[in-house]
Amino acid sequence: MRRIEHHPILGDLAETSEERIPITVDGKTLYARKGEMIAAALMANGISVFRKTEKKKSPRGIFCGIGRCTDCVMIVNGIPNVRTCVTPVEENMIIRTQEGSGEWGDTGGKT
Amino acid sequence: MEKREVIIVGAGPAGLSAAVEAATAGCGVLLIDENSKPGGQLFKQIHKFFGSQEHKAGIRGIDIGKRLLEEAENLHIEVWLDSEVCGIFDANKVWVVRNKKETVLLQGDRIIIATGASENAVHFPGWHLPGVMGAGAAQTMINIHRVLPGEKVLMVGSGNVGVIVSYQLLQAGAEVVGVIEAAPRLGGYGVHTAKVRRAGVPFFVSHVVAAAEGKDRVEKVRIVQVDPRWNPVPGTEKTLKADTICLATGLTPLTELAFLAGCESTYSPVLGGHVPWHNSAMRTSVRHIFIAGDISGVEEASTAMEEGRMAGLQAAASLGHVDEADAMIRGKAIQARLDALRSGLFGEKRKNAKESIFSAMGNSNNGAR
Amino acid sequence: MKGVKIDGTPSAEELHASPGFPQESIRKGPLAFIECVEEIPCNPCATACPRGAITLEGGLTALPRLDAELCTGCGLCISVCPGLAIYVKAREHEPGFSSILFPYEYYPLPQKGDPVECVNRFGKSICSGTVLSVRTAEKLDRTALIKVSFPQAYFDEVISIKRLPNQ
Ligand SMILES: Cc1cc2nc3c(=O)[nH]c(=O)nc-3n(C[C@H](O)[C@H](O)[C@H](O)COP(=O)(O)OP(=O)(O)OC[C@H]3O[C@@H](n4cnc5c(N)ncnc54)[C@H](O)[C@@H]3O)c2cc1C
Ligand code: SF4
Ligand code: SF4
Ligand code: FES
Repeated sequence: MRRIEHHPILGDLAETSEERIPITVDGKTLYARKGEMIAAALMANGISVFRKTEKKKSPRGIFCGIGRCTDCVMIVNGIPNVRTCVTPVEENMIIRTQEGSGEWGDTGGKT
Repeated sequence: MEKREVIIVGAGPAGLSAAVEAATAGCGVLLIDENSKPGGQLFKQIHKFFGSQEHKAGIRGIDIGKRLLEEAENLHIEVWLDSEVCGIFDANKVWVVRNKKETVLLQGDRIIIATGASENAVHFPGWHLPGVMGAGAAQTMINIHRVLPGEKVLMVGSGNVGVIVSYQLLQAGAEVVGVIEAAPRLGGYGVHTAKVRRAGVPFFVSHVVAAAEGKDRVEKVRIVQVDPRWNPVPGTEKTLKADTICLATGLTPLTELAFLAGCESTYSPVLGGHVPWHNSAMRTSVRHIFIAGDISGVEEASTAMEEGRMAGLQAAASLGHVDEADAMIRGKAIQARLDALRSGLFGEKRKNAKESIFSAMGNSNNGAR
Repeated sequence: MKGVKIDGTPSAEELHASPGFPQESIRKGPLAFIECVEEIPCNPCATACPRGAITLEGGLTALPRLDAELCTGCGLCISVCPGLAIYVKAREHEPGFSSILFPYEYYPLPQKGDPVECVNRFGKSICSGTVLSVRTAEKLDRTALIKVSFPQAYFDEVISIKRLPNQ
């Protein structure tokens, strides 16, 4: 899981790269490319577990990548069940791994 | 209630082509898509397309998409993005949630549904682990978001989607540890499988996933051979190291809206299952409603574009924007291009399936023909 | 050797039975080889050839047929082929060495003069080669054309080079 810096067809990322913006994921500051989807930013940072199921706490990541399956939902700025594969990052967004159906207002102490 | 002459649901290759055709004919068109960008699956397709010159063969899908978008922009077609169509009822009313919040009710003289298809999932022990994803999800990640979802990928399914995405994963810098196929023969075009094979990727026919294993994500996959009745053959299990499993196990037309609107259904295994009945003009059993692209049967981007053109043309003609003789000539030209795409080893089956749909309700349907 | 629908790559029998694959060429100079053995709706190769050496008899899905007499080995058909199924080989590029001009769509590209590993249809490294040229003109539309020389003994087998590590 990493950023594709060079591509034979799509060209170098440097040429097409937009601004780097900070986001907070489970308390850690990571960097995302402006306008990209949350799921892409997390995977570029090596994160593949987005949530854990209610009972068995088994991990889930992205599955459909186009907003249909809800496997990728997380708590974003305190709102649970946000589909991260179709929600773009914003500067200083607070993102948390969701457990079960998630809790409203869970920003991990940050606002 | 706001009114439009032609409302098109879905801005993939089919919807975009329909919009361009209908607008060129002089219709007032509104194009709606739930995504934040138009193009549907087309902008993931970075490979050169097949076909002939008139199908824009040899040009990459992304560039065909760009040209289509330019055409739509030059025609000043109205486009609503981030807007989901939640229902179609009373034959011509469209219920939209615009910009993810505002509910809007629209009336369309004609409605063209071009919602595409969704990927089928297959279940095996461990299928829910992070790292198991649709081939389309992987394709979106690498070609749109430019993120590699894993380093070592197993592709499940050898149809064109499976082999094309395998090739694109290689281009993005991943290793593809294998392509497995449950059937005894590979499904995709030989030229696609050959370029993946010469990159050193092994193919396993008559193989399925026995289980995916790993703690917080896929770490390895066990695959097993199956006999002609799809039962695992004892002693044939192999373990492959992989951190990602991509599923390319077929597509199912996204038909909910059409069926909600009362379109009659017909069944075609070759085309992906239940599809709204339609005639060669892409008109459904509900007079005001046309369909185009994968919703009418899963095929390819090139056929989706031609079907879109057909639906746009015929919708415009049915509104009197194109005179009958002209519509006939242009319809025939589009049909000829479709027939060319549906010929040969792979296309013939789809052509026959389409034709049996066209004739299924030939006389009994309520005036659609 | 079980053929294209099992192995993913055409067998020698399938190739020799197809009209795009030149039979036992004795020519020393460059000649196109088309490894397109299934009837798919496609013909840019025929449209691109300035010499009319590639024809599809009987419509869009016919197999491309190569007329070796007419082919000059110019390579114009290579990059337009969406299947990346065409390459140009010269049996005797220089004494003891053959050359292949083939399409390549990976990053990074090799450089002229680089030593490379040549692979067969299964992606197996079978001999070493030297890059003679790398073409990336705009009209190739991001399909690079790479020319490599390799020992003549491997003439029938070599089809591409091993991908260079990304990054
Ligand atoms: C993952 C994947 C990979 C593929 N790869 C290839 C390939 O490499 N080559 C090839 O030729 N074909 C490929 N195909 C086949 C593909 O289906 C066609 O190429 C083509 O994109 C179909 O066009 P379409 O316009 O019918 O549907 P799509 O391109 O899927 O477009 C449908 C559009 O409708 C929108 N939509 C759906 N429902 C709603 C709603 N309720 N409200 C608003 N908008 C809605 C969607 O957001 C989407 O933009 C692939 C398909 C998939 C799923
Ligand atoms: S190499 Fe040149 S002459 Fe030969 S078939 Fe290709 S385009 Fe024609
Ligand atoms: S362009 Fe390539 S894939 Fe198409 S018919 Fe010619 S050789 Fe076959
Ligand atoms: S991965 Fe399916 S909704 Fe996000």
